Parts: sequence; structure tokens; C-alpha cells
Amino acid sequence: MKTEDLLKQIREKAFKASYPDGTTYWGLSVNQVVSLEKTLAFSAKNIEIAALENGIIPERYVRNFNAFSQKDQIKLLRSTVAVVGLGGLGGGVTEILARIGIGTLILIDGDIFEDTNLNRQMLSTQLRIGTSKAVAAAERVKEINSSVTITVHKQFLDKQNAPAFLSKAHVIVDCLDNIPTRFIVHDAAKKLQIPLVSSAVAGASGQLTTIFPEDGGLSLIYGESDLQASMGAEKSLGCLPHAVTFLSAMECSEVVKIILNRGSLLRNQIMLVDLDTNSLEIMHLV
Amino acid sequence: MEKYIDLKLYATLNKFSPSSPEHYPVRPGTTILSLIEKLGIPTNQAKLVFINGVKCELTASLHGGERVGIFPPVGGG
Repeated sequence: MKTEDLLKQIREKAFKASYPDGTTYWGLSVNQVVSLEKTLAFSAKNIEIAALENGIIPERYVRNFNAFSQKDQIKLLRSTVAVVGLGGLGGGVTEILARIGIGTLILIDGDIFEDTNLNRQMLSTQLRIGTSKAVAAAERVKEINSSVTITVHKQFLDKQNAPAFLSKAHVIVDCLDNIPTRFIVHDAAKKLQIPLVSSAVAGASGQLTTIFPEDGGLSLIYGESDLQASMGAEKSLGCLPHAVTFLSAMECSEVVKIILNRGSLLRNQIMLVDLDTNSLEIMHLV
Repeated sequence: MEKYIDLKLYATLNKFSPSSPEHYPVRPGTTILSLIEKLGIPTNQAKLVFINGVKCELTASLHGGERVGIFPPVGGG
């Protein structure tokens, strides 16, 4: 099928609707996107992009407007984000990025769910104990947004597989639970020249930073990689769900700003959060 | 003459907080390292120290009036 035919079909199905402020727009429902995908040789994502290019907004993204423009939404749909670690931070990040309309997600985790994950990991359920976190993440994304293309790696990231797993990403999100693997992701992102968003949590406290390839990076925070213990303060404080979820949302905020080139980023800075005292501070690392 | 700093200890370091951390007395010239030792914080737990929002070395000295933040290594998720 030709693109003109696709556009004709999209225009036929589009309907007039209103934003809460009363201004009108042309919309396309989720069911219409799904049925067009079934009958036409176009992916749901390309149908949504074609609609947006022609001023028609897929209803699933309508509440992203007008905080985002149609060009912004297209840019997100054309973007690829790698989520490394699909536990507490990664579960929240995957959920948000799928809903906001990141077009391709690379989901990486070799772990399975265990009882101790249930306090904070949104992808974990009692029924999923003993099953793959990566599979759970992929299934969750499909349930939320079938327009998202998913690449799943049911393996832990290591020095050998990192370049192959991460090379297609426009942004990498570090959602890991240990310090040494964070350095593996960090070094791979630097070599591949891909921006990295990194967060870590202990108890009700957490940190967040954004690292571009030319920036100082994780050694500004943890010291040199070969001198590091595997775990930090979380060893004695655990990870509280409200802190993990808060920091996962903040990671997504940085991802979106990197892709859309808007707002300010935490480059060479670290955001330190303590929810017990409602303190949120941005510190300069250089 | 004694001066004061505003001290903020994060996560596991919170247990080392003095009774009035926002009004903690220091002698001008006191280094971060001697402050950490006085508070009883193990030095390997205090790699990330900020004076007035900027990362500093353990050898940096205080004059009074500064805001000092100390954050331990954190890796969870």
C-alpha cells in the first residue's frame, strides 16, 4: 500500500475532538490505529507518525499536548531508549516511556523476580515470582502501547554484550542495583557516544545525574571504578518504593529533555533527594 | 571565635547528625576531613561532599556560614 492510501484511510477515520481548554483537534483512536495496522502494511507506530505529520493526533498521546508539539511527539516515536535493569527504577522507567510514546525500547535484565522485589518493583507480582523481569517488562509495554517496538535481552549486561545491546539507543537509562555494572554501562555509553541518565536509591534517599560522552561521569560521584564496593547505603537502608518511583520519573524527565532538546539537564550535576526531609538539591560535580 | 555551618547528612550518614545540624559550630580553618572525623563518619562513607552546592575535596577548609552536604555511596534501584 502507498503512503497516499494510508493518509486517505487515516483522514477518513479521524474525528474532531476538543482539548479540555475548548480548542479543537483531529484525533485518531487507539482502536482505529490497531485496525488500520491489521488491514494495512504499516506498523502502528508508522500509522501514528503519519497521522501526526498530517495534523491528526493519536488519542493515546492527546494529554501530552500542548506540553509537547506534534513534532515533539514524532521525535519521541522515532527514538530508541535502552533501559538497563528492570527492577524498581527500570519498571517505573519502562512504564513511563511506553506511555509517553518512545517508539523503540531496548529492555535488558537477566534477573528473575523474587519475594523481596514486591515492595517496590512495579513489574513484579506474586504470580510472577521466579519469572523473567525482561519478559514481564515486554508484556507490560505491549499491554500499554502496542505501537512501541521492543527488543528484549534476558541477559545481564556485561562488558562483552554491552556494545551490541546498546549501540542502537539514542539514550541509555541506568536503572541498575549495583555500582560495578553502572560503570560497565557508563563506559559503553561513552565509547558509543550515547547520553546516559543514571539514578540510584537507598532508603528514602536517591541521586540522579545525566552524563554526555564528553562529561566527567560516574567517577565524579563514586570515585574510580576499581576502588568501588558493589553496594552502597542501600545495603542497610533497602530501597523504599516512593523513592524508587520518584527517581524513575525523574530519570524519564531527563530522557525526554535529551531527546527533545528542551529544558535544563543535570550534566556535571547531581540531584540529591531525601524524601524524609522533603529536601531536593542540585549539586555541582565540577 | 566559633562560627556555624548548615550541615546536611544524607541516607546512612543521617545517624551521625548532631542535635542542631543547621547551626553546627566550627572553628574557621577546620577542614572537611576533620569535620567528618569529629562527627564520627567513616571517611570511606563520605566521598561526595559539597560546600555551598559545589563538590569539594576532603582537604577543603570551612570559614563559617557555609552549607555542607555529605552523601554516602548509593547504588540501589
